[in-house]
Amino acid sequence: MSAVAAVFARELRIALRRPAEWAQPLVFYGIVALLFPLGIAPRDPALTTFAPAIVWVGALLSALLGVERLFRGDLDDGTLEQMLVSDTPLSFLLAAKLAAQWLLTAAPLVLASPLLGYGLGLETPAVQVLVLSLLLGTPTLVFTGGFAAALTVGAPRAGLLLPILVLPLMTPAVIFGGGAVRAATSGLPSDAPLYFLGALLALSLTLLPVAAAGALRNAID
Amino acid sequence: MSSLHVHQLVVSRGDRTVLDDLSFSVAAGEVLHIRGRNGAGKTSLLEVLCGLRTASGGRIEQQPAPSERHWIGHKNGLNPVLSALENLQFWAGLNGVTLRDPRGALASVGLKAQALRPAGTLSTGQKRRAALARLVAAPRPWWFLDEPLAGLDLEGLDVFARLVTAQVSGGGTVIVTSHQPLPGEIPGLRALSLTP
Repeated sequence: MSAVAAVFARELRIALRRPAEWAQPLVFYGIVALLFPLGIAPRDPALTTFAPAIVWVGALLSALLGVERLFRGDLDDGTLEQMLVSDTPLSFLLAAKLAAQWLLTAAPLVLASPLLGYGLGLETPAVQVLVLSLLLGTPTLVFTGGFAAALTVGAPRAGLLLPILVLPLMTPAVIFGGGAVRAATSGLPSDAPLYFLGALLALSLTLLPVAAAGALRNAID
Repeated sequence: MSSLHVHQLVVSRGDRTVLDDLSFSVAAGEVLHIRGRNGAGKTSLLEVLCGLRTASGGRIEQQPAPSERHWIGHKNGLNPVLSALENLQFWAGLNGVTLRDPRGALASVGLKAQALRPAGTLSTGQKRRAALARLVAAPRPWWFLDEPLAGLDLEGLDVFARLVTAQVSGGGTVIVTSHQPLPGEIPGLRALSLTP
């Protein structure tokens, strides 16, 4: 599986040369979560109620941020053609690319989430569930975004099409992610929504790379 | 050494048929120069032969396996942020090839001093050379080259002629599209004209 490792290492190497690309979602995420409290009354208890939604919607928006450019460069410079003519299945290579994308853009969000959780007034048990739910849910967001990016890469102006296409696919993750944190905040068990997130994760990791490979093959043909 | 046979191939782009009932064979040690006007279907034909595009009819016998062929399209396959050397090493990793002398391969196409510069800062011709370096770095019996001469200077044409001659005298096969005549005295050269 040297090809998969090569794709993964290449993504990290490119990101290292362009730090702005992976720092952007994290900064955006921080700004969204920190500006929210400023928009409502000080010490409003509603903030804690909204905290799960704020963190999760912030994660969704940051996942959408750079995703449109995900395959554009590879399509334009011909790397995608070279991936297609190599003897490793394209879906494996795309899974490696999306895993690297998660590590660069979403893993920092997961690491920063306790800070935001405490900042928005969540208690420790709820923060723990928040981190766990993001850990399970953000790969789903990234892989879904990657699939939509593969579908729209052939369209010259996909700017509007992509979010419309991707939002219904991402909402389950937000519903169950937010639901898990909400349950933990009110002292209820949060296992069920977390299991749902896990199930979505398993489906995304196995099916979406194959679907994205089909979409990209179509974009070249 | 095997040869490639194409029988009554039909290739469409969208709802337009670009190639209809095309048959030809290429044997080992030959250079097939595919010619034709713009839009005659040269690139589409190469893409079908490499499996990037599906034919809508006909059949191809003894199509070379991915590990036996080089594909260099009109896009060079170079990431602009990575250097020529890193791009070559990524290509090798992608194909599971161990390169013995990647710097030597770049030097042989005239990119000794530019090996470590980001590919985005290279000129058009230098990028083309960086793509051609793959042919030197990893010997493979089948070459599929789409407009390889685009952007090459006179010295670059010499390099190309040398590479193709060495490939053919080693029993390899080259299928190439080009608007200009191929440079130098290339043995085993045959032309195939596509008429729309």
